[in-house]
Amino acid sequence: MEPIAYTAANGWLGTFWLLPAIPLASAAVLLLLGKRADRWGHWLGVLSVATSFVLGLTYFFTLRGLENRSGVELKLWDYIGVGDFKVDLGLLFDPLSAMFVLLITGVGSLIHLYAVGYMDHDPGRRKFFGYFNLFVAAMLLLVLGNNYVMLYFGWEGVGLASYLLISFWYLKPSAATAGKKAFLMNRVGDAGFAIAIFMMFAYLGTVDYAEVFNGVHKLSSGVVLVMALLLLLGAAGKSGQFPLQAWLPDAMEGPTPVSALIHAATMVTAGVYLIARSHPIFDANSTAQTVVVAVGALTLLMGCIIGAAKDDIKRVLAWSTVSQIGYMFLGVGLGGAAYALALIHLLAHGFFKAGMFLGAGSVMHGMHDQVDIRRFGGLWKYMKITWVTFGLGWLAIIGFPGLSGFFSKEPIIVAAFEREGWTAWLFGGAALLGAGLTAFYMTRLFWLTFHGPERWTDDIRHPHESPKIMTIPLILLALGSVGAGYLLSTSVPEWLTPVYGSEHTEHEPVMSHTVITILSLVMTFAGAGLAIALFNKGTALAEQPAGPLVVAARKNLYTDSFNEAVFEAPGRYLTRALVYIDNRGIDGLVNGLAAGVGGGSGRLRRAQTGFVRSYALSILGGAVLVVAAMLAVTFG
Amino acid sequence: MSTGQTMLLALLILPAIGALFAAAMPARLDRAARVGGTAFAAATFGAALFFVPGTTTPGTGAILPWAEIDVPWAPDLSLRFHLGVDGISYPLVALTTALTMLCCAYCLWRVPDPGRGRLLVALLLVLEVGIIGVFLALDLVLFFVFFEVVLLPMYAVIAVWGGADRRRAARKFVLYTLFGSVLLLVGVFTVVSATGTADLVALTDPATRPMSSGLQLFAFVLLAVAFAVKSPLWPLHTWLPAAHTEAPTVGSVILAGVLLKMGTYGLLRVAVGVAPDAAARSAPVLGILATAAIIVGGLVCLAQTELKRLIAYSSVGHMGFVLLGVATLTTTGFQAALIGNIAHGIVTGLLFFVAGGIKDRAHTGELAQLGGLRETAPALSGVLAFAAIASLGLPGLAGFWGEAFAVFAAFERGGPLWSTLGVLAAAGAALAAAYFLRLLRRVTHGAATPAVTALTTEGRLRPGELVAWSPLVLLTLAVGIVPVLVLGYSADPVAALAEVITR
Repeated sequence: MEPIAYTAANGWLGTFWLLPAIPLASAAVLLLLGKRADRWGHWLGVLSVATSFVLGLTYFFTLRGLENRSGVELKLWDYIGVGDFKVDLGLLFDPLSAMFVLLITGVGSLIHLYAVGYMDHDPGRRKFFGYFNLFVAAMLLLVLGNNYVMLYFGWEGVGLASYLLISFWYLKPSAATAGKKAFLMNRVGDAGFAIAIFMMFAYLGTVDYAEVFNGVHKLSSGVVLVMALLLLLGAAGKSGQFPLQAWLPDAMEGPTPVSALIHAATMVTAGVYLIARSHPIFDANSTAQTVVVAVGALTLLMGCIIGAAKDDIKRVLAWSTVSQIGYMFLGVGLGGAAYALALIHLLAHGFFKAGMFLGAGSVMHGMHDQVDIRRFGGLWKYMKITWVTFGLGWLAIIGFPGLSGFFSKEPIIVAAFEREGWTAWLFGGAALLGAGLTAFYMTRLFWLTFHGPERWTDDIRHPHESPKIMTIPLILLALGSVGAGYLLSTSVPEWLTPVYGSEHTEHEPVMSHTVITILSLVMTFAGAGLAIALFNKGTALAEQPAGPLVVAARKNLYTDSFNEAVFEAPGRYLTRALVYIDNRGIDGLVNGLAAGVGGGSGRLRRAQTGFVRSYALSILGGAVLVVAAMLAVTFG
Repeated sequence: MSTGQTMLLALLILPAIGALFAAAMPARLDRAARVGGTAFAAATFGAALFFVPGTTTPGTGAILPWAEIDVPWAPDLSLRFHLGVDGISYPLVALTTALTMLCCAYCLWRVPDPGRGRLLVALLLVLEVGIIGVFLALDLVLFFVFFEVVLLPMYAVIAVWGGADRRRAARKFVLYTLFGSVLLLVGVFTVVSATGTADLVALTDPATRPMSSGLQLFAFVLLAVAFAVKSPLWPLHTWLPAAHTEAPTVGSVILAGVLLKMGTYGLLRVAVGVAPDAAARSAPVLGILATAAIIVGGLVCLAQTELKRLIAYSSVGHMGFVLLGVATLTTTGFQAALIGNIAHGIVTGLLFFVAGGIKDRAHTGELAQLGGLRETAPALSGVLAFAAIASLGLPGLAGFWGEAFAVFAAFERGGPLWSTLGVLAAAGAALAAAYFLRLLRRVTHGAATPAVTALTTEGRLRPGELVAWSPLVLLTLAVGIVPVLVLGYSADPVAALAEVITR
């Protein structure tokens, strides 16, 4: 493989550090000025992200105009040096990070705009935009670092911002707990990621992307495997993949724009970014790749099954996100040409899922914050824009021909069938089945919300469409879901050539392309049709008794119970036991000793007899002890 | 006498004079006495600032002080009054002077019951003399003397100004520490009588290593246990939660901020420096205990129901990282220990300040009775969240570096044992997130409890708090973003020390 080298950034590109700096500065202003910024703070927040977007576009085109667009590096300063551990603070703008920058700031700007309307009545709106900007800055740092330590900085910053945003409505106990849970599960993954970074340093003496990637082939395959799996653990935590998926649906307790920005378009894709960025490490070990594929396939099915049993509009979307990111993991795990496919799906998903989350927010806005899809129905008459835009997102995600999901998900399914041997059938089959299930649960969601009989709660008379500031972002994101698919599917692989190369050994899929496409369309239409048939007449208003699979799906396939039984309960007992030991064991020993000393001094008091001969005896005893110690020292 | 030597003496003399001044003032001039004491503390801090530029001293010894005072003290016993400051001790000296100054300033606005603030300030200054003395001493006996100076004033601070159960806590503190002192005394005695010198520079010199390996081990175990009590290292830590919970705010800050560091500093400078071969042999044991401290400390924190007690237990975990760093006996590990010391001093100091502020207002530290603090005291809970997040080791804030480097140092040592310890320590870092988030969840989030609702009018930060806390917030950011501020000083001396071990 050719060594990876980046050129130094100069000219206009030399200023791309502004991308994260602008939202960061804005966050600082919003959070430090306090109430003084209440009146205009939200506009500053929108403006800062929009500025970053415009700048990002100019950098994007500048990079595109370069002869060698493998990426430009910006050295900022020597950062830390401890012993042999040296890290330079530097940024990298290459095709991969450029793509992410446009997604983060582009979709981010629209969501910021929407939030101005959505958070209109919230007294904490300024603070909300402060956290929102902080998040964008951290996310940009994450994708712009030129080494793993910088990535880790952004990674943790993103975790912090999401904690603050999920528990934004901190008076709600469920929101406060959800924020905690998100940060914590992320931390578990982060510990793995951190160890991977230390391993890089211990084995390769560097954490710079270029040097790590160029050196990875020198390592033994065992080391590469462990390193890759630890990176995968970190990625799974951030992206809500098995086994660290439980935090993501709970994170829906945050305000809806947060769900759209963090849990659809940006933060949860950081795990995909990590693996896509570390592709030389994963390429170097096929076992690691297979594990990534397996995690992706498992998670995508899990997300579908659980999503089909949920009744909370945002939670269905959350499980859908878990499932769609499973597709992306599947893609990056397949490697080769599938990296680009996974990233296309990531971009397309960023548009349509953000649009649907914002659409869900718009529905809630008009329905007194109701989230139960059993209490919606027939809304298409009352909120036309939300209906149409959400409908386009729905068609896009289920892979309706011509919309973006069709161009992005379909090729991943084909790629899964291109693996060798029985794994092609296993993973390809999972991806195919997932397509059918996705069509089912998304259609169920869409139909129960917008169609069928009206099943509203009594307090709702006239559901209303949201104000323009909320519908305009909806329309723009919907346009993205429609048009982006075709454009992306042709341009992204070419754009990413400097990162992933253009030479890919093509396997023939185990079935022909056409057959797979037909099969997946059949699955999609079957799933959607079944859902319409089942839910056209509405649904029961309360949970009904159901078969074991549905019950299991309602309980998140018992994954929460598993965590509770295997980690939390033993942890609690261990904690209690340790506290007991601390109080009774160690402390008891010391207190006993103290009591003994106390009793001893009582007896000692009796030894103070006033007789010189007894004192002399004590002095003799002491002297013997000292002499004994000295002898021990001399001959020891 | 050079300026450096003058400043070195000033670091000890200024707080001593300040203490005498504050204690000698009559009761009706209590406030003036506190102002005067604070001025002396500030002057001491100023003297410490003199050394900020640092220096590179020529030479090849294991300890190369930037400035040194070496005069005979008790010639017959070949004891010398030998003081010096170098890159290992300087950050700790600076931290001590800064925290003492902030604590004295805090006492200008707020004196815990039963009043008599001038005596509290005087005791804080005596403590400062002892702690700085420990960090500056280059003579083993002198080191021991300063180590002991600290004991009684701390006892008095806890026993007089402490909470309801203060007497028991103070007694426990004294018993534990006396136990450590006895071992330290025997250890010092062993070293001095075996080598015929008490001079740390000579004792650390790899060229002269007269102690046999058995004797080294004997001395090292004694010294290490003595320092382990002070640090504290699991399982010798149980005095700490009691002392912290009962101590007044400024007492907790000094205790956690700098007093514990005497233990880790002693371990690094004295125990490892004087008995390097024994240290190398004992390293696995030390590493295992340190990792146990991280895990056990974290788990125990999860079950704590009282604010200050929880923070106290978190210290056990954090000092575990510091000790793990020392135990690896590598350059990276020592650096981790030093920056971990400083970061813990700043961040936990801030945490105890804030916890004190909360307890003062809500009149309770029980987590069950707190809640929704963001509603009534947004600034207070903002600082608490900042300190907690810094303490759980978020990159970009001070707490991150020590923990990350300690884990890295363990991996750098390699081998199954150290790699396992590294993995466990990394998991312990996740535990820190668990208990601090639980703390925030309980104290700042949720609906306001009656105890918290009551403080609507006093929710704002008071002037004393602004003065004492903002420097700590800024330092947390500064050390987090530019760790070279601390690491830069210690790079060379730490390399020299690591060389002593490998040689």
